[in-house]
Amino acid sequence: MIDVLSGLLVLAGVGFYLAGSIGLLRLPDLYSRLHALTKADNLGLGLLTAGLALHSQELLTVLKLLLIWLAVLSASAASAHLIARYARRQETKS
Amino acid sequence: MLTAQWLYGMSGCLIAAMGLRTALLHTCLLHRVIAINVTGAGVFMMLIAVAYRGAEIPPDPVPHALVLTGIVVAISATALALALARRLTAEPSND
Amino acid sequence: MSATNLLVLDGLLVISLVGLAWAALAGSDARRSVILFMAFGLVLAAAWVRLLAPDVALAEAAIGSGLAGALLLAAVQEQPRQPLAARTASNSNPNKPGLSVALQLAVSVLCAALAGTLAWALAHAFNSAPQNALPRAVSSNLEASGVSNPVTAVLLNFRAYDTLLELAVLLTAVLGIFALGPARPGYQAAGPVFDGLARWLVPVLILTAGYLLWVGAHAPGGAFQAGATLAAASVVLRLAGRHQIGLPQGRALRIVMAGGVGTFVLIGLGLLVTGRPFLGYPPAWAGGLILMIESAATLAIAATLVLAFLGGQPRPLAVRVTCGNTSATPGPTGKPASPEGMRGAELRAAEVCNRIPETQKRC
Repeated sequence: MIDVLSGLLVLAGVGFYLAGSIGLLRLPDLYSRLHALTKADNLGLGLLTAGLALHSQELLTVLKLLLIWLAVLSASAASAHLIARYARRQETKS
Repeated sequence: MLTAQWLYGMSGCLIAAMGLRTALLHTCLLHRVIAINVTGAGVFMMLIAVAYRGAEIPPDPVPHALVLTGIVVAISATALALALARRLTAEPSND
Repeated sequence: MSATNLLVLDGLLVISLVGLAWAALAGSDARRSVILFMAFGLVLAAAWVRLLAPDVALAEAAIGSGLAGALLLAAVQEQPRQPLAARTASNSNPNKPGLSVALQLAVSVLCAALAGTLAWALAHAFNSAPQNALPRAVSSNLEASGVSNPVTAVLLNFRAYDTLLELAVLLTAVLGIFALGPARPGYQAAGPVFDGLARWLVPVLILTAGYLLWVGAHAPGGAFQAGATLAAASVVLRLAGRHQIGLPQGRALRIVMAGGVGTFVLIGLGLLVTGRPFLGYPPAWAGGLILMIESAATLAIAATLVLAFLGGQPRPLAVRVTCGNTSATPGPTGKPASPEGMRGAELRAAEVCNRIPETQKRC
């Protein structure tokens, strides 16, 4: 039962990653690509870590996975902000 | 005869040769620095593949230590190469 | 995990690695190559974990992908940005001009021959029985080595001489970087988003570095991974536009840089004086001596990697200028800068901020 649930969560996470990658390839401009990639990848990672946390044996592993997700969340949000701000400045300059 | 060893070892040879070819032929200094790093990564793949003993037996730690040393030496060589490249392509100054 | 699952994983990893390496090496846009190289490093770290090499995976992710990527990106940023049309031109030949097609073909054939020879040697090695003399020697001497992580034991006890020389190589590289010119100009102060990230990320990185240093004795970790994490903390501070990035100044910096090799050599000589061989630790003291060496090595490695990212000799903190803003901040003593110091600061700002190369090979 736990295995099935964990497998479903991991598959859903992979699906979100796939959606983010398709967005990266198909969307027209930088901002929409950045938006799709950041949001989809963060949620995908959250589902992935939830699926792995269900499978883990001890509480410490669950906490470590949660910490990983939070760290990646804030780092990708900050870097997406920086890229978008830089692109905006390049646009308004030229 | 382990499949993983073959896969990673052979692709390590391929990657090392690809990096060497790019390091010899390309113009751009940055590409050549990246190529040398990629060659190093290929060599590390060969070493770790040799150290792998299967899923149950612990791997051989000596090639792991060699690869760790190699990673650190590669980055220090890369840093020096990039500093040299920066100096090479800077404007001539009067100092 | 069943064998076919592992085979699928291995196949995917190997295909991604070869594909990423090919994509990073081909083409003529340097920025694209750097980003692809960073991705290659991360997938390689995943491959190391699959091959049961977690120490190497930590070092590859931190040093081989993270810090190498930061160094390469900083180098790429100094080149002028090409217009998009020139960058995406697929018919631009990245090879050296003036090389005949025959010579290029000859080099390719020779590299292919090298790959073939290495593959033949590897096949020969894989087909013969595994040589287990070294692993058996390591595991039988592991208790006397002072640590329980075999890789750390090999690095810092059984083959300590190699690690000593490796630290000397690091020191030599940073001396070369010092000799080649001043550090790169700093970055502008970060906005609230990145500053907020740096505020919580840097303490976590420092804590993680200390943890990696401590845990290297009995689990994957060690001095190199800890030093790289510490260097990453300083790089984040530098990118956030801070002047104080944790790098010691002046004589303290020189002591830290030389401290890695110095501690190692002093301990080795001390052991020689007591009648043991050079770097032959007595088993009762081995754990403590290894921890001492690792701590000094962590600081030295971190300082070296930060200096590599800075790109040269760091400027004294007393007169700190940023491009576009030539006010000199007061030094550590708190005294405001004198008028001569301000004029000197403006001159230095001009020479630092304008020394961005304009004519060079476009990559």
